Amino acid sequence: MSIFINRETKLVVQGITGKEGRFHTRQCMEYGTNVVAGVTPGKGGQTMDNVPVFNTVRLAVEATGANASMIFVPPPFCADAIMEAADSGVELIVAITEGIPVLDMVKVKNFLATKTCRLIGPNCPGIITPGECKIGIMPGKIHLEGGPAGVVSRSGTLTYEVVDQLTKLGIGQTTCIGIGGDPVNGTNFIDVLEAFENDAETQGIVMVGEIGGSGEEEAAAYIKAHVTKPVVGFIAGLTAPPGRTMGHAGAIISGSSGTGQAKIEAMEQNGIRVCKNLGTLGELCKDVF
Amino acid sequence: MKIHEYQAKELFRTFGVPVPDGDVAFSVDGAVDVAKGLGGYPVVVKAQIHAGGRGKGGGVKLAASEAEARAFADEILGMTLVTHQTGPEGRLVNTLLVEAGQEIAKELYLSLLVDRATAGIVIMASREGGMDIEEVAATTPEKIIKVRVDPLTGIQGYHLREVGFGLGLPEAALKPFSVLLKNLYTLFVTNDCSLLEINPLILTRDDRVMALDAKVDIDSNALFRHKDLLALRDLDEEDPLEVEASKFNLNYINLDGNVGNIVNGAGLAMATMDIIKNAGAEPANFMDVGGGATSEMVENAFRIILMDEKVKAVLINIFGGILRCDVFSQGVVSAAKKTGIRIPVVVRMEGTNVEEGKNILAESGLNLINAVDLKDAAAKVAAAI
Repeated sequence: MSIFINRETKLVVQGITGKEGRFHTRQCMEYGTNVVAGVTPGKGGQTMDNVPVFNTVRLAVEATGANASMIFVPPPFCADAIMEAADSGVELIVAITEGIPVLDMVKVKNFLATKTCRLIGPNCPGIITPGECKIGIMPGKIHLEGGPAGVVSRSGTLTYEVVDQLTKLGIGQTTCIGIGGDPVNGTNFIDVLEAFENDAETQGIVMVGEIGGSGEEEAAAYIKAHVTKPVVGFIAGLTAPPGRTMGHAGAIISGSSGTGQAKIEAMEQNGIRVCKNLGTLGELCKDVF
Repeated sequence: MKIHEYQAKELFRTFGVPVPDGDVAFSVDGAVDVAKGLGGYPVVVKAQIHAGGRGKGGGVKLAASEAEARAFADEILGMTLVTHQTGPEGRLVNTLLVEAGQEIAKELYLSLLVDRATAGIVIMASREGGMDIEEVAATTPEKIIKVRVDPLTGIQGYHLREVGFGLGLPEAALKPFSVLLKNLYTLFVTNDCSLLEINPLILTRDDRVMALDAKVDIDSNALFRHKDLLALRDLDEEDPLEVEASKFNLNYINLDGNVGNIVNGAGLAMATMDIIKNAGAEPANFMDVGGGATSEMVENAFRIILMDEKVKAVLINIFGGILRCDVFSQGVVSAAKKTGIRIPVVVRMEGTNVEEGKNILAESGLNLINAVDLKDAAAKVAAAI
């Protein structure tokens, strides 16, 4: 089992003919993802590695039955692309793009509240169910299929580090999700925790947070109330200075809110095993799961 | 992106938000000229730096005469202003704002910000103007008015009434306040602000409302559609190494520690800083070369880290995904050959093309310390300093 994506997922790639879109579409197909369509306005009728390209997402969905989208559209046009996917009946939208203006994202988020689709990201590595389906830019081969761990993270390469440690210790993953480093995003920690709790194969959860916002604190309270599976946590940015944006637009300590210390305390108070030294995270999971 | 108070007030004027009469000056004579043109005393002489707490630090003075205005301008211009936001090293004052003094009946607080939790634009207001709003929120949260605006429908009349009545404004000031707040909202969304704060917003004795201070932050991700605002960036307010890094699209923040680090990805970069601290040293920087870094970017990243004289050792931590380890290694070798390496460099590399990457480093003849994993890397960095 897995969450959000599996073998049946049919993917359309928005921005498939761009440099990144092309490269990562190929990587996903090599991994086994069923890429059924691409979209680039003005290039409808062409193909990219035998994948048909359409002018609009609606046309792509009508012709191929695509039910998930991966977006590589540049920041100025990305809000438009997300809303297009949502309005075209795509159920799962994975936005990789980094650098979308936050006022665009607040509009998108309020627009999506009226829809039933799920958005992952933006500014995220995507989602992978090892051995079945990869929608995103993560290196596929570091993953190990079969569970028991579910991984959710605000980061990209930090997630790869965590997954690599798990794999090297023989701990497989059910699904790994990067929810993205922006202040306003689609799927949050709680959405993923709920799905992992309901997934029979997932037996333990790794939650990787970072400074900024209050998502980790809210997730910690949710875990205490609703999650029966063991959770191992990690927070990046304990040495980050306040008031500075640490690469991710959402990773900023504003005044006294969003500090790493507060997040760790909230997690520990709610029964989460917090790893203090990233080099030992895999070993901690082996003990706990 | 931060902008100066005087720049924010120019925006306010453009959008119909009342501010005191005044102008910017870059010299003592210029400041006196502005003061003379204001039609009377007192005038206020204000240091323009990108940090709060200027008044407490001695950067804001009320002058009762031309002679005082000259004396204060002379005192503030060129001073190193230290506030709770500048750090102990302070900030050099190159610019002054000279404004007409106001007859203040009441000081209020007003701000607009993007609220990440509710994905809306939130108006915050308080009758406790001039105070640290975080302190008000912590000690007397009931004194803070919070109104969320749905960004899809924009600001409505009831939002304005909730804030205006909540602030207990006299009837004569309610209408001007509503106009001010509505215009502020338009300014906020038109210019892609991430934060707009007026502290204090004043009620004058004749029931006018006016922004006595102005702090505006612009969303850097939105600058592609605001070329005019890009001109407001003041490089003098930024760290020279950070300015240099930004030329190469490197995410770099200069810190006080002694161990430099180069990492790909923001989360891993933060975690690497934490690892350095755990190992008993202090990170000298945050450096995320990004997912799609070229070898030229890596070369510049390495060069900038080595320009920092505090740095006594460097930790390179790369998890190759999109950024391939061989590309990264080429950048490191190229930079090291140009600048030379006089300090220990620990390299930990994993992921895409890791063997090719390690070979490039090994064959380069550079004196690098290899680490097998993160634990090993931390120990080797600690041992190196």
